[in-house]
Amino acid sequence: MSNRSVADLKIGEKAVIKAFSDQWMSLKLLEMGCLPGAEVCLHCKAPLGDPICLNVSGYCLSMRKSEAATILVE
Amino acid sequence: MKSNPVIALIGNPNAGKSSLFNHLTGLRQKVGNFPGVTVDKKSGTVALSGAVTATVVDLPGVYSIYPKSADERIVTDILANPAHPDYPDVAVVVADASNLHRNLLLFTQVADLGVPVILALNMLDVARQHHQEVNAVTLAMRLGVAVVKINARVGEGLDLLKNAVLQQLAQPEPVAALFYDPAEDLNGLLTDVKSQYKLANNYLALQYIIQHDGFSFLDVPQRQGLDKLIEKHSFAEQPFQAHETIERYKRIRHVVKDAVVDRRPLDQPTWSQKLDRFLLHPIWGYVLFGSIMFLIFQAVFAWASIPMDAIDGGMAALNEWLHETLPAGPLTDLLTDGILAGIGGVLVFAPQIAFLFLLVAILEESGYMSRVMVLMDRIMRKFGLNGRSVVPLISGVACAVPAIMATRAIGSWRERLITILVTPLMSCSARLPIYTILVALVVPEETILGLFNLQGLVLMGLYLLGLGSALVAAYVFKKIIKARERSLFVMELPTYKMPRWNHVGLTVWESVRSFIWEAGRIIVAISIILWVLASYGPGDSLEQAEKEVRQNLTGQQAEVIDNQVAAARLEASYAGRFGHLIEPAIRPLGYDWKIGIALLSSFAAREVFVGTIVTIYSIGGGDGDENNATIKEKLRNEKNPDTGGAMYTPALAFSLLIFYVFAMMCMSTLATVYRETKSWKWPAVQLVYMSALAYLSAFLVYQLLK
Repeated sequence: MSNRSVADLKIGEKAVIKAFSDQWMSLKLLEMGCLPGAEVCLHCKAPLGDPICLNVSGYCLSMRKSEAATILVE
Repeated sequence: MKSNPVIALIGNPNAGKSSLFNHLTGLRQKVGNFPGVTVDKKSGTVALSGAVTATVVDLPGVYSIYPKSADERIVTDILANPAHPDYPDVAVVVADASNLHRNLLLFTQVADLGVPVILALNMLDVARQHHQEVNAVTLAMRLGVAVVKINARVGEGLDLLKNAVLQQLAQPEPVAALFYDPAEDLNGLLTDVKSQYKLANNYLALQYIIQHDGFSFLDVPQRQGLDKLIEKHSFAEQPFQAHETIERYKRIRHVVKDAVVDRRPLDQPTWSQKLDRFLLHPIWGYVLFGSIMFLIFQAVFAWASIPMDAIDGGMAALNEWLHETLPAGPLTDLLTDGILAGIGGVLVFAPQIAFLFLLVAILEESGYMSRVMVLMDRIMRKFGLNGRSVVPLISGVACAVPAIMATRAIGSWRERLITILVTPLMSCSARLPIYTILVALVVPEETILGLFNLQGLVLMGLYLLGLGSALVAAYVFKKIIKARERSLFVMELPTYKMPRWNHVGLTVWESVRSFIWEAGRIIVAISIILWVLASYGPGDSLEQAEKEVRQNLTGQQAEVIDNQVAAARLEASYAGRFGHLIEPAIRPLGYDWKIGIALLSSFAAREVFVGTIVTIYSIGGGDGDENNATIKEKLRNEKNPDTGGAMYTPALAFSLLIFYVFAMMCMSTLATVYRETKSWKWPAVQLVYMSALAYLSAFLVYQLLK
């Protein structure tokens, strides 16, 4: 199985959160509604490609690419 | 029932908490500090019924009770400590109904702590637009608390909310079962904590374990005792916290499924998201951001000049009228040359500050400011800052004090410290008076390319110089200061909204009022001290100086003699002596002793500079026409005694401008930095590096342009 993360998504692409590769970061992300099993969609990227904006559980969340890379997707 | 109960407003950022607060308290609000910490405390009063008036406290917006930054810490510190003076008798949790799933996480945590709660459902109209229908009754049944529908934007449902609060106060609901009970997994540890610390609530006991280092109400032995218990039961904090969050969401999902009918069509971007594609566009995003910033500076300089000229002229007229009406004497002089000149120097800048805050508040209210953070994060990161540093930096353009307090939203200590250290380089409104006057003095009022005001361009250049130096300084600090914790940039982007004009109005009013009041008090005090220092000298030195001049100038016109006499008296006064004392140090920058006096007195606050200059020239100018001239004319008429030409040459003006771009001349900022960093080290570092930068660059500019 590949280790794709949210950071690898293309704009408009959807994926389902599988797990987190960073425990400390996962606490914050969980609180913000990034739960295992939730569907995310990469909605847009900042001009320099980083940070990115995600649609997750009905709202828009922005985070750095390095942070998005800790969210593994199926 | 308590006669003065405390109601706390709690909620996610952007849930509408502050709107509700403004509607509940109206103009009966004040800003202070939470006891023992410097976090801003907005509180106000609301009449719940004829007999009961409650204090409403607006707590910082949080996503959970596990804090990630300094200002978030206060929420748990209060809610976990029933002895805290702000511990609520009723907590109103404001939830965004269009995003109920996530908003309920915080709600269930607050309820589980044992705080009496009411759920206020806000933004139902937005939920409806998203084709979601929320059933408040089902929600109330499932959660076991009162649920009130409100519309915080327009202030609907406030009576229902007040009734619910009254009811809760009259008959506190019996404690229901915890929404999520940590004892299911941690019984042994929690039993130990509860018995040792005399707690009844399992969830509160869990907070003691996880958060005791951040709790101000626990002393060192208590914290160490908790550490021992953690060791004894080999408790792993982070995995457990993750487990708790997932468990809560699992249960919340069931509640939401029952209470919310969701008919959201899939895959349809909302208009807010469509707008983002444009506003965060690789090219247009920056073009638009740049244009908005440019517009702000043009507005501040070009549009504000009309009311400013009116105020300046008005003060000059008032001064003249007072001079003519009141009997001549030291008291009249003190009033006109001392106090009124000082007040005029402050008042004249109110329009510029109002314009600046008006535009910044609109950007903030509309939701665009969060996009600016996203837009800038990548660039800011290179300089050791964070996308969130943009807000302090932009607010720094108004005043460094609130800007430095705004850094509390930055989670990482290093990024926060660097932001604090460089924010005073952003040109604050106190520098604006100096910029405006000197730019107007030496830069012609021309229109370039038929569109841009040249003075506006120069002004913008000064602001950009401030910004550029802030970034460079940040880069240097990044190399010096080591990280304590990890940097984090996870942020919700709110949907775009029409600004709430009453909020914008309140912000503008607050900032103008505090500028005039805070700065005004210092300036008037210093103006009076200065007037005294400039009007008196040791022994009879002033009379001697006057006698000498009169002997040397016999036969000259009376007006010339009067002017020379006044100048000689000023030079012989305490202020004059003081100015002469430091003259050798500032000569290389092109300044004379008069500017030296102004420079020294402006160490308290920059805006004192203009007031001081005005006071000195009012005294030095004698009783001729000059006394009634506007500030600008006074400076234009000032002659250089050595060359006979104008004192304020472009070289001198630019040297002064550059000096004030960099100089750290603001006691309140230094005091704020001390409060926020809890050490004198950082304000000292700031004072030294900025003063050195100011002196060296002013020296270079003067020597090159001379």
